[in-house]
Amino acid sequence: MSIVNLSEIAERNAGFAAQVLEESGEDVRRCYQCGKCSAGCPVAFAMDYRPNRIIRMIQLGMREDLLNSRSIWLCGTCSTCTARCPRDVDLCRINDTLRVMAYREGIKSKVKNEVLMHDLFMKFILKYGRIYELGLALGMYMALPMNGIKDAGMGIELMAKGKLNLLPHKIKGAKELQQIAEAVKRLEAEE
Amino acid sequence: MKYAYFPGCSLHSMAAEYDHSVLEMCGRLGIEMNEIPDWNCCGASSAHSTNHLLSLAIPARNLSIAEEQGLDVVAPCAACYQRLVTVQHETRHDVKIKEKVNKVLGDRSYEAKNDVKSILDVLVDYGIDNLAAKVEKPLQGLKVASYYGCYLVKPPKICHVDDAENPMIMDKIMTALGAEAVQWPYKTECCGGSLLLSNPDIVLKLGRDILQVATDAGANCIVTPCPLCQPNLDTRQGQINSKYGTDYKMPIFYISQLVAIALGSHKNNMKLHKHLIDPTELLKVI
Repeated sequence: MSIVNLSEIAERNAGFAAQVLEESGEDVRRCYQCGKCSAGCPVAFAMDYRPNRIIRMIQLGMREDLLNSRSIWLCGTCSTCTARCPRDVDLCRINDTLRVMAYREGIKSKVKNEVLMHDLFMKFILKYGRIYELGLALGMYMALPMNGIKDAGMGIELMAKGKLNLLPHKIKGAKELQQIAEAVKRLEAEE
Repeated sequence: MKYAYFPGCSLHSMAAEYDHSVLEMCGRLGIEMNEIPDWNCCGASSAHSTNHLLSLAIPARNLSIAEEQGLDVVAPCAACYQRLVTVQHETRHDVKIKEKVNKVLGDRSYEAKNDVKSILDVLVDYGIDNLAAKVEKPLQGLKVASYYGCYLVKPPKICHVDDAENPMIMDKIMTALGAEAVQWPYKTECCGGSLLLSNPDIVLKLGRDILQVATDAGANCIVTPCPLCQPNLDTRQGQINSKYGTDYKMPIFYISQLVAIALGSHKNNMKLHKHLIDPTELLKVI
């Protein structure tokens, strides 16, 4: 049996917590592991690391495990954890930051479908200026044919009720949005 | 009262009945809604999951256009509201962020002078007592579970309702309309809206839980201000029933549909035929 000194590990790997603080403005050292975030999280049951463990893993510098986790992408961004945290840690914002880091580094998540959904979504926004719901759904069904089969009946009902637009709507300012995205890239490259 | 109106993508497709009923409701209350010209998508969960600055700049374009009009912005969609009010909050509290947003906006500028309001804010500004005085058709017989969802009420520092855990605004509005506001503990539970296309099984479980708790509380319908929650609970009810062997037939209304009906709009003018769970039988009680 060996003794693991977690305080030492946390101190040795404090760089990751500092990076999270820098990008999110949230200081995970405030967390005292009460577990309220995990108790209230509606999707904790499906996560590989529950919300309170996400914070502990940041404290311990477990960067690769977290950026490759399902948890960060399964977070539905409902902010219940944030609303209830007695130490005022905005975990929902931290999850945003972890997703942004993973996305930026091109880490292929175990939840590939989430990344694909965001890719498609952003593609439509920058192309048309608005979201194209039918295109998004069809794109996702091509990647996940079983979901497409399950939703086929409902999809027909939605079409019959005229709930889905067949074609995308393009705004005049679509190009402006592309320029904004380019400007963001340039600014981030300068920093 | 006069606002810049930001319908958002959902209200121009899946939730057309929300758009329609908001404008009908506001027309009856004398509230003027000026649609923001050439508005763009708020970026939803995808922008803030992939790039923080871009997630602020995309909706800031809309707020900038509204600022030129000198108007506060109303976003009936709870998810759009949260994205827009987040931009307002961050730019007001962080000078550096404001500078960066303005830098990437190019020729536009955004000073964060105008407020962002939810549809509940609009009704509170109008006055719930004033609303009650305008009721022509009280919603007696409706036992309504007010379902706020998450985006409109959380995080509490940014999305300001009366109480993030047990909000009462919509309950008070329902009472003012003559309905019974059923008290239940799942008012602000998440329906999983952002996971709908990637993880539908999770969404079905969350929907089942919400429908069951509302049923247990004695509700005969649910009302919501969110165009992610409404279709999640309405269009997926059949799938929930198949998966869990349940028999829910719970009508899910948009808040503006019920307000407009109580103010005298005919129910046939509320595009209720777009709902998969038919509420016409229930509405015979009022």
